[in-house]
Amino acid sequence: MTGELRVFSILVGIFVFVGIIELVRRRKLREEYSWLWLLAGASIFVLSSSYDFAIIVGRIFGGILPSTIIYLFAIIFLVLISLHFSVKISKLHDQVKTLAQEIALLKEASKETNAEDK
Amino acid sequence: MTNVMVIIPAYNEGSRIAEVVKSVHDVVPDYDILVVNDCSRDNTAAAAEAAGATVLRLPFNLGYGAALQSGFKYAMRKGYEYVVQMDADGQHPAKYISNLVEPVIHGLTDVTIGSRFLRDTGYTMPFAKRIGVFIFSNIVSLVTGRTVKDPTSGFQALNRKVLHLYASDAYPVDFPDADVLIMLHKLGFRFLEVPVEMMPNPKQKTMHSGIVTLYYIFKMFLSILVTILRKESEGTRR
Repeated sequence: MTGELRVFSILVGIFVFVGIIELVRRRKLREEYSWLWLLAGASIFVLSSSYDFAIIVGRIFGGILPSTIIYLFAIIFLVLISLHFSVKISKLHDQVKTLAQEIALLKEASKETNAEDK
Repeated sequence: MTNVMVIIPAYNEGSRIAEVVKSVHDVVPDYDILVVNDCSRDNTAAAAEAAGATVLRLPFNLGYGAALQSGFKYAMRKGYEYVVQMDADGQHPAKYISNLVEPVIHGLTDVTIGSRFLRDTGYTMPFAKRIGVFIFSNIVSLVTGRTVKDPTSGFQALNRKVLHLYASDAYPVDFPDADVLIMLHKLGFRFLEVPVEMMPNPKQKTMHSGIVTLYYIFKMFLSILVTILRKESEGTRR
């Protein structure tokens, strides 16, 4: 890994980590959705700043280059984050459906009550 | 109020819904009729109401299964004992409603399914759909251990126990179909096919047309698989 790439990776890791903290601080991102991003930023930072650690992890994965390890982990995290959001969207979809059904049922109940009152 | 409700989910059926509601009323005048208007862009709600149906208005389009489930929830809360579900496009002749409801009322079964293929009624469908029905019919028959000829029929009657299940989160609102029959079987409910005739689909484009067909096939295989894999205790919750 070249020195420039290492510095760039460290900066990316710091930017992701600090950026996520700032978004949570401004209440633009819920804590619930921030943990995977923070983990991704921290992982990029640790793997980039500790070259020896990146080599050890690279050996575990069959002796691949430390720079490749960083990209591999970044891709894995992106996949996990996408999956995490898919799960959340599915839950929200169900909740929106239930809410829409409740609105329709309440409107009809209200209409019936008004008709009975007249 | 009777203890039977006919639920008709409808989307942009303004030209046909009044006729369907009237045909039901002519055949079973004692039954209450609920049209679930799935946020149609036309006069479906007004036409259904003018024809004498109660209309449940969804605030935005939820799709066939969720619209149908809205009707189940309404019937559940209103205390109906039996429910008939049928399509709003006139494919399901009202004259068969009694044939569907009676076995359920007499306790012979929990669900009846109006089947197009129990006897030769001359019903024709596109080749691709016919293949789909054949495949899912065989899967359902294999899993449940009984022959099911028409697992995709949306012309059904059910009792309150099943209504309770259908009104819950366990009901797959995304194309409720063959997977529902497997879920019913796993939970110990009985179902019975009843021969009915069906009219040809008046629309060129059905809800299972185009790219949706591919998604439907994928969804149905996945849904059947997870329904089989689920434990019985998970059947009524998600």
